[in-house]
Amino acid sequence: MEGGASGEGGASARDGAEPGAGQSREQGERSGLHSHSAPQLGVWFLDRFCPCGSDTAVLAQPPPPPPPSRAQTFSTPGRGSSPSRRLGNVRGAAGPPSPPGRRARPPAPGAGRLSGAAREELRRRLLGLIEGHRVVIFSKTYCPHSTRVKELFSSLGVDCNILELDQVDEGASVQEALSEITSQRTVPSVFVNRVHVGGCDHTFQAHQSGLLQQLLQQDPAYDYDLIVIGGGSGGLSCAQEAAVLGRKVMVLDFVVPSPRGTAWGLGGTCVNVGCIPKKLMHQAALLGQALTDSRKFGWEYSQQVRHSWATMTEAIQSHIGSLSWGHRLALREKAVTYVNSFGEFVEHHKVKATNEKGQEVLYTAAKFVIATGERPRYLGIPGDREYCITSDDLFSLPYCPGATLVVGASYVALECAGFLAGLGLEVTVMVRSVLLRGFDQEMAEKVGASMQQLGVRFLRKFVPVEVQQLERGLPGRLKVVAKSTEGTETIEGIYNTVLLAIGRDSCTKKLGLEKIGVNVSEKTGKIPVNDEEQTSVPYVYAVGDVLEGKPQLTPVAVQAGKLLARRLFGGRSEKCDYVNVPTVVFTPLEYGCCGYSEEKAGEVYQAENLNVYHTLFWPLEWTVAGRDNNTCYAKIICNKLDNDRVIGFHVLGPNAGEITQGFAAAMKCGLTKQLLDDTIGIHPTCGEVFTTLEITKASGLDITQKGC
Amino acid sequence: MAALRGAATAALRGAAARFRGRAPGGARGAAGRQCYDLLVIGGGSGGLACAKEAAQLGKKVAVLDYVEPSPRGTRWGLGGTCVNVGCIPKKLMHQAALLGGMIRDAPHYGWGVTQAPHSWATLADAVQNHVKSLNWGHRVQLQDRKVKYFNVKASFVDTHTVCGVSKGGEETLLSAEHIVIATGGRPRYPTHIEGALEYGITSDDLFWLKESPGKTLVVGASYVALECAGLLTGLGLDTTVMIRSVPLRAFDQQMASLVTEHMAGHGTRILRGCAPEKVEKLPGQQLRVTWVDLTSDRKDAGTFDTVLWAIGRVPETASLNLEKAGVHTNPVTGKILVDAQETTSVPHIYAIGDVAEGRPELTPTAIMAGRLLAQRLSGRTSDLMDYSSVPTTVFTPLEYGCVGLSEEAAVARHGEEHVEVYHAFYKPLEFTVPQRDASQCYIKMVCLREPPQLVLGLHFLGPNAGEVIQGFALGIKCGASYQQLMRTVGIHPTCAEEVAKLRISKRSGLDPTVTGC
Repeated sequence: MEGGASGEGGASARDGAEPGAGQSREQGERSGLHSHSAPQLGVWFLDRFCPCGSDTAVLAQPPPPPPPSRAQTFSTPGRGSSPSRRLGNVRGAAGPPSPPGRRARPPAPGAGRLSGAAREELRRRLLGLIEGHRVVIFSKTYCPHSTRVKELFSSLGVDCNILELDQVDEGASVQEALSEITSQRTVPSVFVNRVHVGGCDHTFQAHQSGLLQQLLQQDPAYDYDLIVIGGGSGGLSCAQEAAVLGRKVMVLDFVVPSPRGTAWGLGGTCVNVGCIPKKLMHQAALLGQALTDSRKFGWEYSQQVRHSWATMTEAIQSHIGSLSWGHRLALREKAVTYVNSFGEFVEHHKVKATNEKGQEVLYTAAKFVIATGERPRYLGIPGDREYCITSDDLFSLPYCPGATLVVGASYVALECAGFLAGLGLEVTVMVRSVLLRGFDQEMAEKVGASMQQLGVRFLRKFVPVEVQQLERGLPGRLKVVAKSTEGTETIEGIYNTVLLAIGRDSCTKKLGLEKIGVNVSEKTGKIPVNDEEQTSVPYVYAVGDVLEGKPQLTPVAVQAGKLLARRLFGGRSEKCDYVNVPTVVFTPLEYGCCGYSEEKAGEVYQAENLNVYHTLFWPLEWTVAGRDNNTCYAKIICNKLDNDRVIGFHVLGPNAGEITQGFAAAMKCGLTKQLLDDTIGIHPTCGEVFTTLEITKASGLDITQKGC
Repeated sequence: MAALRGAATAALRGAAARFRGRAPGGARGAAGRQCYDLLVIGGGSGGLACAKEAAQLGKKVAVLDYVEPSPRGTRWGLGGTCVNVGCIPKKLMHQAALLGGMIRDAPHYGWGVTQAPHSWATLADAVQNHVKSLNWGHRVQLQDRKVKYFNVKASFVDTHTVCGVSKGGEETLLSAEHIVIATGGRPRYPTHIEGALEYGITSDDLFWLKESPGKTLVVGASYVALECAGLLTGLGLDTTVMIRSVPLRAFDQQMASLVTEHMAGHGTRILRGCAPEKVEKLPGQQLRVTWVDLTSDRKDAGTFDTVLWAIGRVPETASLNLEKAGVHTNPVTGKILVDAQETTSVPHIYAIGDVAEGRPELTPTAIMAGRLLAQRLSGRTSDLMDYSSVPTTVFTPLEYGCVGLSEEAAVARHGEEHVEVYHAFYKPLEFTVPQRDASQCYIKMVCLREPPQLVLGLHFLGPNAGEVIQGFALGIKCGASYQQLMRTVGIHPTCAEEVAKLRISKRSGLDPTVTGC
């Protein structure tokens, strides 16, 4: 073990990237100090929370900034060669202590060659001793080097647990076992916070370089500084940022296949079954519209243009594959351990990770982030799980869905309905009550109307009660029975595909949260957090869609995750700002918004204190294309009492996503109506319409566009 | 002139009498001229905006507009450059070219379409019909606001009087308390080049061509040149741009070179450091252009169907008789000198838009300047037009939008040590499936280096640049800092979100390529 500190740190970094169960166990054994920690964990726990432990303070407030430059500490002469290694944190670089194999599993039976059980028992006791105490010195009373070391710790005012090998019965056996663990045959043999510092010379060297003091300050180590459960946008961003800040991080990600058997790789909803494939299918549908337009712009092709679902889906899936692979690479580059297993808390600071084959491994960490997101909800009616699909299945569907019934009025429902119609399919949307609940309702109705113009059929105020299969096939034929929400009327419809988009449920049920006392909202299944994303259990945090009352958007999760990691490990204090988060619904006519809906603004500020400016507009590109001149709509909501500050921004039109972003930035900077008026438009764009808004709703003036 | 004036006076005596009561300067009114509170010379974006606003505020207003046919005989209606031979037809033809790209993308997204030929005639017809509807719309708007419209060519008689000559040679004398000159500019011909005037066309003609221009040589490095060349290439025409020195002078030069790099990749042939010397007509209607390579001094020649000059624009002041009114111009540029109030050397005569010295040649600035001027003249406001931080977009095949300072200007103004530039090469999501090359999709934010790092300029090269830049221009108007913009949550997945994710500074030397999502 002598001088092996940094080298072993490197090994553990490598190991970290390849956490295959069997292999890492072996490496854990080899590296010696793997802990058979299950029996001792209770002791640790007590240690950690006893008054002298520093961890309580850490939990109560953001940790102090790390030493300005850890790396420099390691680059002191004679102390290894890993100053720049990201994983080169104290434990990683300074010694062999916590390779990934350092997991709570009983030692492999018969690992020892000699006296089997007895030997194993001794070994376990030794490790227990090492792990259970801050400083352990294996010494001999007559050894001058041992005396020097003991004097050193005593001069530092540090209490030590000292085992005098010449005073105990099994001293020789202990020394032998110890040499197996550390490959150091001599005494003294010094352990500080589970790190094997070495003999007398090494201990003094460590003292001189400052490493010893650092080790002394450390908490008893867990396997990881941070375990993130969920490899989606928020989880990955948090994990990577923490790794960049020098922490040892693990990501547990496991996709439970949908009832239809669809599963996917790393990256979470956005990459696999959300934003990315959705926007690409939206783009495919827009191209269909472009093809129609292009004839008017002089492009001449006579053939009937057909759309191939398979070509599109294969192209999109191949892009997703590359993204998922990119995420794997990014984790590897940052030395984040990725384990494709389902994580579940079994006790404090400890999760059980279960892989596809049902193999279980336990991991411990100082901090946890829950970022498991959500999955589509099912109706709970006969036939729904058997015959219906959700957005989890749609984007990789191996066949064209054909005539489709979309159930729901969420943005997911409308977006899917929109692009399916744009691809030429017959689409019906069944809506229980309002469209796009939570969004500005005037805008929502306009979105619906624009979809109707494209041929999407809406069945309002109906809910499905049964789905029957009439015919198997790809797609088959399904009969849907629905009943009115207002009366007793029932209707039936025949569709090839039924897509449920009625909402999403948080993935919080099987995480074992109750075992450690993390509060989960009974009603929503979501996790309430404070403004630092901290749950009811201080060392457990949550980001992304599992959060209660926060926007469910990729960039929000990314930002929240990143800032959380910086607060936890980077000494920063900036919190995620959930105010004025812009968002866009990628319906065929895109709807972008930022800030308040008109309804919400009215509730908060009273309608009489608001100026609502609005106009219909006609994108220049639509003129020649002969598209309707009174469909696109722009609206801002201003607070009269606050200098006509813009508190709500809404736009329905092409490229709403690209338009809204900059305005959101401007709202962050305190946008007022006056500033809008003072800003010069870019001509001819759609965005410029916001610089010339003149008509308030209160005035009742006509906003329709007349010809041009 | 005196005789002519007499005739017109006689012809209009009746009409003038009706307005006499309201006319300012009763004495002049008594001379039999039509008298107005405000005369606007030029019915383009700025002039019309000013006239309509003044009329709205209760002024008696007339607009004089006359389009001198181009050397090739192209003429158009009310609305000025933007509507007839500028932004509007340009953006529509740009859109047509973009649609060509989308047709190429479509098979990758599953659409069973093969590449289609393009019909110039169909496009030109559609564009021209739209422009004509806009001409009509402007006429109606003037009528609605009770602005008198004269389709006459105006020239000053004295400081308060303008003579308008109609197409038929009929003269009208008009006088007003205030006069606004908003005559704009017209493309410059390189008249020293043999055959330039006879055989070349300009942007005044391009959008009104009934037949495809065919193989085209575009001469010039202005945004007009690059936009025209880009859209012609996009419509499938063999297009060459000849640039004497640097493209998009006055724009950020790194962005400019990315723009031309993309155009070259997109199929436009670019001849750098070359200047045309001669244009000859060949027997088969084609044009033979001879040019010289300025570095090697070697001569070269090529055959084209069309030669388009886009080497700059000259202000339309020659026929205004400005000296009669005492309005001063810059002898070099020919533009009218104005102060911050848009006032010329004559206190009650103003100039706005492209004809005014030192103003950005942009439709929305002219409109806003015109409206503010009308409001000041009516005592509604004392606000001056703010010409700083004007956003603009060049509609090249890959669009380039910008606001604020270029990197060069920022460095010149603040010193390199005080400027921090954040940048990123990104890939639009839509480019992935058709495997489009995104090498030139690039964003650059120029900031002050000292916290909170005020944003001085933003440059965006990519699809929908105009839409992206507009909102950020507001942010910059609000005094946005780099920190503030970075706190804005992105909209996923868009190109604009990349602006809110700029982390790599040029100074750091790190690779600015965005990976992952």
